[in-house]
Amino acid sequence: MKKVFHSAEQAIDGLIFDGMKIAAGGFGLCGIPEESIAALKMSGIKNLIIASNNAGVDDFGIGLLLQSKQVKKMISSYVGENSEFMRQYLSGELELEFNPQGTLAERMRAGGAGIPGFYTKTGVGTVIAKGKEHKDFNGQTYILEESFVADLSIVKAWKGDEEGNLIYRKTARNFNPVAATCGKKCIAEVEELVPIGSIDPDHIHTPGIFVNRIFVGKHEKRIENMTLSE
Amino acid sequence: MWDRNQMAARAAKEIKNGMYVNLGIGIPTLVSNFISNDINITLQSENGMLGMGPFPTKENVDPDLINAGKQTITELGKTSYFSSADSFAMIRGGHIDMAILGAMEVSEKGDLANWMIPGKLVKGMGGAMDLVSGVKRVIVIMDHTNKKGESKFLKECSLPLTGKNVVNSVITNLGMFEIAEKGVKVLEIAEGSTIDDIKKSTEAHIIN
Repeated sequence: MKKVFHSAEQAIDGLIFDGMKIAAGGFGLCGIPEESIAALKMSGIKNLIIASNNAGVDDFGIGLLLQSKQVKKMISSYVGENSEFMRQYLSGELELEFNPQGTLAERMRAGGAGIPGFYTKTGVGTVIAKGKEHKDFNGQTYILEESFVADLSIVKAWKGDEEGNLIYRKTARNFNPVAATCGKKCIAEVEELVPIGSIDPDHIHTPGIFVNRIFVGKHEKRIENMTLSE
Repeated sequence: MWDRNQMAARAAKEIKNGMYVNLGIGIPTLVSNFISNDINITLQSENGMLGMGPFPTKENVDPDLINAGKQTITELGKTSYFSSADSFAMIRGGHIDMAILGAMEVSEKGDLANWMIPGKLVKGMGGAMDLVSGVKRVIVIMDHTNKKGESKFLKECSLPLTGKNVVNSVITNLGMFEIAEKGVKVLEIAEGSTIDDIKKSTEAHIIN
């Protein structure tokens, strides 16, 4: 089946529904699937459950979906840069599940690998451990965390080919490879679609089996915290 | 009394040749300014980078290259990039030698609170819970007291915890401390402070 689509709007067509679970790649505003987020906003779908490390800023990234109140619940590790998020959460309009960053990454990784849960030390003795199974291994206590499987993953890569093979660039890789694996369907937006065979097979980060649809996007790549050497 | 830079400089002395280190946001970021040129260490950034370089010049800014504080950064010859899952395999798997982070409260048992003030501050723990439970040695840098002059070095933390029994050492404006078996041990007193100043400003049990 042909994986290449011509726009984000076309790529999401037929894959979205109200109340769906979405896994999104990106860290802060770095490596976020900008065009897929914009297309989800335009589509008007509602009650989304989104697993994403951050929630964007007020007017960019997942912040766009919060602005239009399309999100029912966020699963994130850090949401500090978003005042609209804070407002909706404190007023009870938005549900929020904080996950430690490594637990969120591992939930996606495990979800994509068919592993329903895993034990971790992270969060033992904190509110994160409340209500979770505790188990000791070699004299240390661990908690059981369940994996995450999304109805749809949206990721951003640097280069991709018609098979859906992806390469990320620098720290824009972040959550994208694990998000790509944990979706029942995955849409990848890339800066450049390259001919099959032009990526060295040894250099592929996400093999095409994980990617259902791919399109070329135009990315703003906004910088959240410009810091220069003196 | 130590200022921010002096606290960071003191923490930098704990970093030894060959170490892999993760620096948190705020004062811990300053620590990299004080690492001796005589040693070779590697900074890890939990968003997926090992071998973090200095901040860029204007011409070298790359939106695809940031640290965990979302600041623009540069790479080094030895740099590697990886996914968040691999990054936290390093952290949770015990491969990182040291984490230096900030705190709202620390208890005499090494409990750490640094991610949430209920009803007020909703930001999230980011990678802090993973770091404190997985990294070999955890050093906290914080002011000894809060703006009201109340001790942040407590018998029990009052805020939601980031980790239980996870802190090894604490560096404050008053000195350097170790979380020992039976309480807090003063290792070093900042110039201009005395053990009495420390005792007055510390709710935690001091053993020396």
